[in-house]
Amino acid sequence: MSTFLVEVLETICRTDGVRGALLVSAEDGLVVAEAAMEGLDAAPVAALAASLASRLTLATEAAGQSQPALIHLEATEGALFIATGEAGLLLVAVTEPDVNAGLVRLALLDAAGRLA
Amino acid sequence: MTDQITRWTAELTADPDSLAFLQLGEALRRRGHLDGALAVARRGATRYPDLAEAHDLLGRIHSDRGEGDAAFDAWTDALRLQPEMVGPLKGLGFLYFRLGDLARSARQLEAAAALAPGDPTLSVALARVREQLGAQPDGPPPDPYAEAEGWAGTTMLLDVRGRRLAGGLRRPDGVDASDAVAARLAGVSREANRATRLLDLGLWQAVYLEGRTAHFVLTEPAEDTLLVVSRGPDTPPGRMPLIADRAGVLARRWLEQVG
Repeated sequence: MSTFLVEVLETICRTDGVRGALLVSAEDGLVVAEAAMEGLDAAPVAALAASLASRLTLATEAAGQSQPALIHLEATEGALFIATGEAGLLLVAVTEPDVNAGLVRLALLDAAGRLA
Repeated sequence: MTDQITRWTAELTADPDSLAFLQLGEALRRRGHLDGALAVARRGATRYPDLAEAHDLLGRIHSDRGEGDAAFDAWTDALRLQPEMVGPLKGLGFLYFRLGDLARSARQLEAAAALAPGDPTLSVALARVREQLGAQPDGPPPDPYAEAEGWAGTTMLLDVRGRRLAGGLRRPDGVDASDAVAARLAGVSREANRATRLLDLGLWQAVYLEGRTAHFVLTEPAEDTLLVVSRGPDTPPGRMPLIADRAGVLARRWLEQVG
């Protein structure tokens, strides 16, 4: 696994409340790299994130808009963030419910930019 | 009344745990001393958080102060503690009536009237609400988003099978994209549920999409429905939940009217 990719993911995981982060191939939902996925099975997370991102991208394109740069699935006990990077990669973070969403957002968008 | 207020005040001063705050707060409210009443009621509700009567009193005071949201919260708290309580049901019935939500108003007032069949204020209020409900024109109510200022073409309610229920979305070139977007969002609730269940994240509340040309938020205002709201990229991301909340209120009201 590339040191650079792990470093990008570990930067995201340093944000308080982030349970884990992974890099996913958008096309097939396979894990490219992962970091600190405490108690989480990376493979199904990757598959679900890719499927959700694909469906939502199709919807925004149908509305005549650009693909989403960031997807934030908010739930009662946590959240799933997905940032779309270049080269068909998705950056995914799973967080606690009381996480600073603004910081996670910035960390993911910044990391997605570094992958460009 | 003044003597009683003096007596209850003395009682509370001597014994801060006394339930006399209920009578004192109500007496002050009736005399129009709403700031004093609120202070007394708040102290009482803080000391007795599980006492439904304390929250009911707070609801009445907030309502008199024109603070509908706070009154709603207080009466909802009271009913959570004591579901069969006439005061909060009646209060909520009046609140909904003021908001124009006649169906909910009737339901709350009916529940209150069942508990207090001899209350003349309830029978009069209920008759008035029913009269207005009956006076509503036949047919489905107007599209909740068609007339809302600035919302036309940016807000859509659909069912879980991807069929538009109300509102609509337009592409930037003005072309109606409602059906195309709705079809692609069919099953997204199920997918969101699967993701949150797998990740032990509880129940999904909303999906926010932040894009270069537009932001979107998806919510589930009622079972088996999905609400999509879009806004321009200049909309601060933090405003999207507020916008979605308002759109959700309209959606729920519309769904109730449709039946």
